[in-house]
Amino acid sequence: MPDHAHRSPRTPAWLAWFIGRLGYGLLTAWVISLVVFIATQALPSDPARVILGPDAPLESIVTLQRQLGLDQPLLVQYLRWLGAALCGDLGISLDSQVPVAQLLFGRLGHTLALLAGVLALVVPLALTLGVSLALRRDRPLDRWGLSALILLKATPSFLLAIGLVLLFSMPGMGWLPAVSILDPQLPLWRQLPSLVLPVVALSLSALPYLTRMVRASMIEALESDYVVAARLRGIPERRIVWRHTLPNALTPAIQGVALTLRTLVGGALLAEVIFSYPGIGTALNAAIQMRDLPMIQGVVLVITLAVVLINLLADLLTVLLTPKLRTARRVKMIRRNRRGIRPWWRRARRTPAQEATHD
Amino acid sequence: MTETRWLADPQVRRGAVITALVMLLALLGPWLAPHAPTAMVGPVYGPPTAGAPLGHDFLGHDLWSRLLSGGVSVLWMSVAAATLALVVGGSLGLLAGFSRRRLDQAISWAADVSLAFPDLILVLLIVSMLGRAPWLIVLTVAIAFTPGVVRLARGSAVAVAGQEFVEAAQMMGYSRWRILFSEILPNILTPLLVHFGNMLTWAVGMLSGLSFLGYGVAPPAADWGLMINENQAGLLVQPWAVLAPALLIAVFAYGTNILAEGIGRVSARIGEKQP
Repeated sequence: MPDHAHRSPRTPAWLAWFIGRLGYGLLTAWVISLVVFIATQALPSDPARVILGPDAPLESIVTLQRQLGLDQPLLVQYLRWLGAALCGDLGISLDSQVPVAQLLFGRLGHTLALLAGVLALVVPLALTLGVSLALRRDRPLDRWGLSALILLKATPSFLLAIGLVLLFSMPGMGWLPAVSILDPQLPLWRQLPSLVLPVVALSLSALPYLTRMVRASMIEALESDYVVAARLRGIPERRIVWRHTLPNALTPAIQGVALTLRTLVGGALLAEVIFSYPGIGTALNAAIQMRDLPMIQGVVLVITLAVVLINLLADLLTVLLTPKLRTARRVKMIRRNRRGIRPWWRRARRTPAQEATHD
Repeated sequence: MTETRWLADPQVRRGAVITALVMLLALLGPWLAPHAPTAMVGPVYGPPTAGAPLGHDFLGHDLWSRLLSGGVSVLWMSVAAATLALVVGGSLGLLAGFSRRRLDQAISWAADVSLAFPDLILVLLIVSMLGRAPWLIVLTVAIAFTPGVVRLARGSAVAVAGQEFVEAAQMMGYSRWRILFSEILPNILTPLLVHFGNMLTWAVGMLSGLSFLGYGVAPPAADWGLMINENQAGLLVQPWAVLAPALLIAVFAYGTNILAEGIGRVSARIGEKQP
């Protein structure tokens, strides 16, 4: 690594970190493409047979093999597939004969709208709930709140969704559509009522983790020295909570949101299927049932790349919002510690003075 | 000794009792069931009667018998998947936390990459391409869970490895493996155990979700997740056919979850290291 000591003061210190992080993300994306390719084209002994079923005539199998380029060596297949994917061409859906990218584009918008709705609901709710539970730590409300959250956390998310469908398909509960079949002619924002139940179901399953995280980091922050100092200076408690403590407790929540999004993508698949919501999850489900290979590859690739992107953005936000990291000379890897830990028998012994400051 | 300390906590006891009850029901169920799970003995979506306490399902199977026989698959598959992930991930994590730079980086990076796949998507991808044999499903769910265990075990191992007693063992010339498995492993067992409980909860949710989507246990057999799927159409006529398996799944997940939470809380209270 070049020496950054004589870097001009104008370059932000985190830029070098970000470039490294970007490279890491790209590398991850490449490995992901490899995994998706191996799982779909290399691992099954004959993808054409998987697609057409065990008793398809030989000619149609050969035709499909030629159509998908399966008669080429694996490396050629992979390079061709990767090259096309880089240009935005994910192949042509076997089921509907429409380019996969085109099919995915509309579906992706629907899923993003769903996830945006969930975040808009969960983040403020988790913040207020987490802070208020932390302020009433170990009192009855806190204990009851935590029990309720554990109950929510333990219930598999698709059961929550089924429960909501059950509730709203009962007579007299018709004021919200129990299934979200969208009219493709109308824009999404005119059909918002059908978004409500999927958003609520997903929010309920995402809420416990974030709330508990905010609560824990709030409690930790409230016990720190600067809060004691602020109290001694007579700053009102309300201001201490919202202006001094919360911003510090928020940074871990960014990584929490990223992690939640990752689990939400899986949960969204089930919820979309249950509510018949035309998102990317129902597309994957249908593609798997139709054995539509290019579609499966496209959906999985898009989802995993989205997760990589989310992690990247979360890391960037964390660095930018934490003054200590933003101005640091060298930003270490956040959360996932990539820096090789030296084996303990090779580690230089810390001097007692260092040990004291460390604790 | 630690076990008795854990059992002193009411939450741990409650979790253990709930988990044990559902396990007992699922394991003994097939023997207690009055009818075979695939025997059609009544009207389609028949209401509860004296002979069939929960009524009948979409093909006229006795719901109670099907419920009793449908737990084993969910149970053994989730326990097997979580155990496999714990063993493989735990060993890899220990190895990573303990070994030199290269191996550590390789393992950690592999764990990071696989964490980019949402669990359910990874499992769906593999199951849809390779088939839905039960052992394959268990294997893929375990693969999906392993990176999490690796990271947890590695983090805890690194924290423990710096402590004096490990250095003492090092001085006394113990072998690598002895240090790993008899010095470090016992000290990171509690966080791993808590994680195991959480994994059980996720596995139950994921496996029943898979069956619900139709990629899990094959149809004629009884399975709680599958039962929710096949009886969905009769939701309004015979709500029990969906509610009963859903409730059992939820109760089992709840039991394992508060058990794990309780153990984690007790160990935090008695001052064990929590990563």
